[in-house]
Amino acid sequence: MSTPRTVADDSVPRLPRGVRLVDSPAQGGMVLLAPERVFKPDPIAIEILKRCNGRATVAAIADELAAAYKAPRGRVLGDVKMLLGSLADKQLLEL
Amino acid sequence: MAAGNGQVLHRPLGLLAELTHRCPLGCPYCSNPVKLEPRADELDTKTWARVFREAAALGVLQVHISGGEPASRRDIVELVAAAHDAPLYTNLITSGVGVNDERLAALSEAGLDHVQISIQDSRAASADHIAGYKGAYARKNALAAEVVRLGLPLTINMVVHRANIERIDEMVEQALQLGASRIEIAHVQYYGWALENRAALMPTAGQVERAIETVEALRAKHHGRIVIDAVVPDYYARFPKPCVGGWGRRSLNVTPSGRVLPCHAAEVIPGLEFWSVREHSLEEIWQSSPAFNAFRGTDWMPEPCASCSRREQDFGGCRCQAFLLTGDARATDPVCHLAPNHALVAELAAIRADSPYVYRR
Repeated sequence: MSTPRTVADDSVPRLPRGVRLVDSPAQGGMVLLAPERVFKPDPIAIEILKRCNGRATVAAIADELAAAYKAPRGRVLGDVKMLLGSLADKQLLEL
Repeated sequence: MAAGNGQVLHRPLGLLAELTHRCPLGCPYCSNPVKLEPRADELDTKTWARVFREAAALGVLQVHISGGEPASRRDIVELVAAAHDAPLYTNLITSGVGVNDERLAALSEAGLDHVQISIQDSRAASADHIAGYKGAYARKNALAAEVVRLGLPLTINMVVHRANIERIDEMVEQALQLGASRIEIAHVQYYGWALENRAALMPTAGQVERAIETVEALRAKHHGRIVIDAVVPDYYARFPKPCVGGWGRRSLNVTPSGRVLPCHAAEVIPGLEFWSVREHSLEEIWQSSPAFNAFRGTDWMPEPCASCSRREQDFGGCRCQAFLLTGDARATDPVCHLAPNHALVAELAAIRADSPYVYRR
């Protein structure tokens, strides 16, 4: 596996057209729908994806999550960038 | 959720909606059955809309709107809108011939999420020959460009066989030029029309080996730029494919006339009782139709599958292929190197003849 692309603090992530985060009670929760693919994101990924709205920067998303989960901001930022980079590599996210 | 036979029942994720078997193209590997369903038997708009709502309620997330050529249906825009409202993620699988720019714009407005266009080759003359339709290559390219212009995500699907397997790199380059975000490289699967044309389509072992290397190299080269999904060439594999992710486990297929199948080829298996959406709800069919319960789980398996550690990984392979090659739908898919009939696959793959294609008509 290759390392995910580098993500800048001031990038503004958004889900591209054709990628949707939806709630499916029948399938037991949130699912990420993409061209001919379905993903079941873990709870942390869901919280990150919900904030990829085309307005918030990566830094702002990390601030918010660090505050909400009382977690060290540096580590949260690292995790957020890692996830967003790998999603972008799979064409599931625009940065 | 429990099945009629008491097994744990998964909820389906995908619905393949074959709106019609009509298609302007005649591809010799078409996945439609050799006996095509006539237009007069096709479900009407209202029934499809109900099927889409029932699918969503059952847990289906994505509908793959296919055919034949789905745009051969005059009500295609209404059908996409109904699927979107169901609500389902809507994927249009099109030949690219029969959808004009106005219609595409209307489909996009109706809530279409994604478009998949098939290409036959990177070279126009060969592509048109394979499709059995003059001008198909140019029309596909034009529609792909329009899909991208409208901002819809595009998958380019390429079915690979002896006539084009040496040009996978060119076809991938073409898909990149067209602005696709995903490529599907599908080696021909030998059912229906492809089975009729097997000797004319079958690549050599050397070609398959080089194709696999080419795909790996292209994946590495374009990592992060485009997603490349590949379907392995069955007859040259060691293990069988986990066909449709397991029988009656993840997906269902509704034929133009409303028969509900665990996979698009399932009607070749004699003795299976398929139910229709004309008489039953999709949930009833998923839970109780005899065809869906015939090969669910692992209880039906003979050896060597029954005690195999991969039995819940590949589910004994493909039931249709087992039947087509051995005459017994319960047999281990002969593609598996552990299958008693495995030698047969290599024998069949060695039969190659440059005979004219039997076009799907």
